[in-house]
Amino acid sequence: MENHIQIRNLNVRIGTTGIIRNANINIPDGQVTAILGPSGCGKTTLLRSMNRFLDLTENSKVEGEVLLDGKNIYAPGVDVTEIRRRIGLLAQRPFSLPMSIYENVAYGLRIHRINQSKNLKPIIRHYLEMAGLWEEVKKRLHDPASALSIGQQQRLCLARGLALEPEVILADEPTSALDPISAQHIEEKLQELKEKYTIVLVTHTLRQARRLADHVVFMYLGEVVEQGPAREVFENPQMERTKAYLQGSIG
Amino acid sequence: MKKLTRRHLEELIAQGLMYLSLALVAGSLGWILFTIIQRGAPALTWDMITKTPKGGFYLGKEGGVLNAILGSLYLALGGTLLALLFSLPISLGLNMYIPRKSRWALLVRSVLDVLWGIPSIVYGAFGFTLMLAMGLRASLLAGIITLAFVELPIMVRAMDEVLRRMPRDLENASYGLGATRIETALRVVVPQMLPGLVTAVMLAFGRGIGDAASVLFTAGYTDRIPTSLMDPTASLPLAVFFQLSMPYPEVQKRAYAAALILTILVLLVSFLSRWISARLSRYSIK
Repeated sequence: MENHIQIRNLNVRIGTTGIIRNANINIPDGQVTAILGPSGCGKTTLLRSMNRFLDLTENSKVEGEVLLDGKNIYAPGVDVTEIRRRIGLLAQRPFSLPMSIYENVAYGLRIHRINQSKNLKPIIRHYLEMAGLWEEVKKRLHDPASALSIGQQQRLCLARGLALEPEVILADEPTSALDPISAQHIEEKLQELKEKYTIVLVTHTLRQARRLADHVVFMYLGEVVEQGPAREVFENPQMERTKAYLQGSIG
Repeated sequence: MKKLTRRHLEELIAQGLMYLSLALVAGSLGWILFTIIQRGAPALTWDMITKTPKGGFYLGKEGGVLNAILGSLYLALGGTLLALLFSLPISLGLNMYIPRKSRWALLVRSVLDVLWGIPSIVYGAFGFTLMLAMGLRASLLAGIITLAFVELPIMVRAMDEVLRRMPRDLENASYGLGATRIETALRVVVPQMLPGLVTAVMLAFGRGIGDAASVLFTAGYTDRIPTSLMDPTASLPLAVFFQLSMPYPEVQKRAYAAALILTILVLLVSFLSRWISARLSRYSIK
């Protein structure tokens, strides 16, 4: 099995605080990799290092390499916008863009000049269907996206990310702000999508990780403690701290 | 009856102070408006807003102040547009391109605050020097440039305060899709913050259209309606100023009428821009 993303000796500091220390991680192709760990262990920072989102954090300093298909995304001269097209991000809380539902999905296509045609409707329908939102919005594509419920907005965010045909989807606790039914919707979609995409999922919920993950990375205080196939890590953790976390005594 | 505790008393005093300040401000504003209307309304004839001054005399007892109305609109719209051309990039730069708390940003903000405090007569004098250096005479163009200087610090600082409240996560949603900063600025940040940005423009416009001192030397005054950027241009604040300093009651009345027109003009432009921005911001994220 190929590793789609490889992280080599990654150190992240924000100001003078070390957030991630010497992380080495392999993220396999076409699977769901769950990053687990208690709050403040650096899960989100790790995720944000993978699409160069840390560039947006003031005073952040990244050392080491993040290899996407073997190429370091932190190498000089890399086009960050292209990295972010290839690696989509589904945030914790959905933030629709201040435009119509239709334009939200068209946004990425327009800025990346993927499709310049006037009538994007068939394409937009395709991605809204992939995200399981089409039926609910087909009659009001030109309404403001902010009129949607928060669960619908999260699916809209998924659709607009998918429209860029990314290879990897980073999901940062994508269900934590949603009601149970919307959360289930998103989980189902992630299940379907892993056929085609590499998915990296940060989650707080162990049960969600058990349901979705094929591969697990467990972090604690900025260090990677253990990683491996989900079944092995969940059923037979090698490290004491992983055991403690899985049993609920830390976290 | 409720027992009057210390906390209730505090609340009552605070409320009282709030109502008092409100009454004071609303009262004096009402007084000003009342004075303008009482003295200006009788002189506010159809001729006032459709004709230029007549009667041979510079300040005219007959005819109207159409020269000043149009002059003021040209000056303030031009000055606001010119200021906008620089304010939007500066405020976007301050908020999206350089680190928010950098020394550079601090310096720019302090300079703008100082510029805000400079009396407009100084801008007028500065504009006059600039005008001479550029070989211009008192003209619409010189007035517009000077007004742009007067309006710029207000517009930038007001926009800066608006853009500071831009939700970071919304901005990041755009970056996450691989947008560049300028794409994010123009397609996400500006539409999202449009109502606030329009208010910033209106603040500057209000200051510009009401300012007399800066256009005194630079735009001049004339009975004629300007037909080119190089023509001298009348303005309402100066019409008020000149007419009010005349010893004739008929002329003074016309000053109040001109002031009333100025007030109505600002009100109209303000309503219009709010209406437009409300229509354009139906997509903004709450």
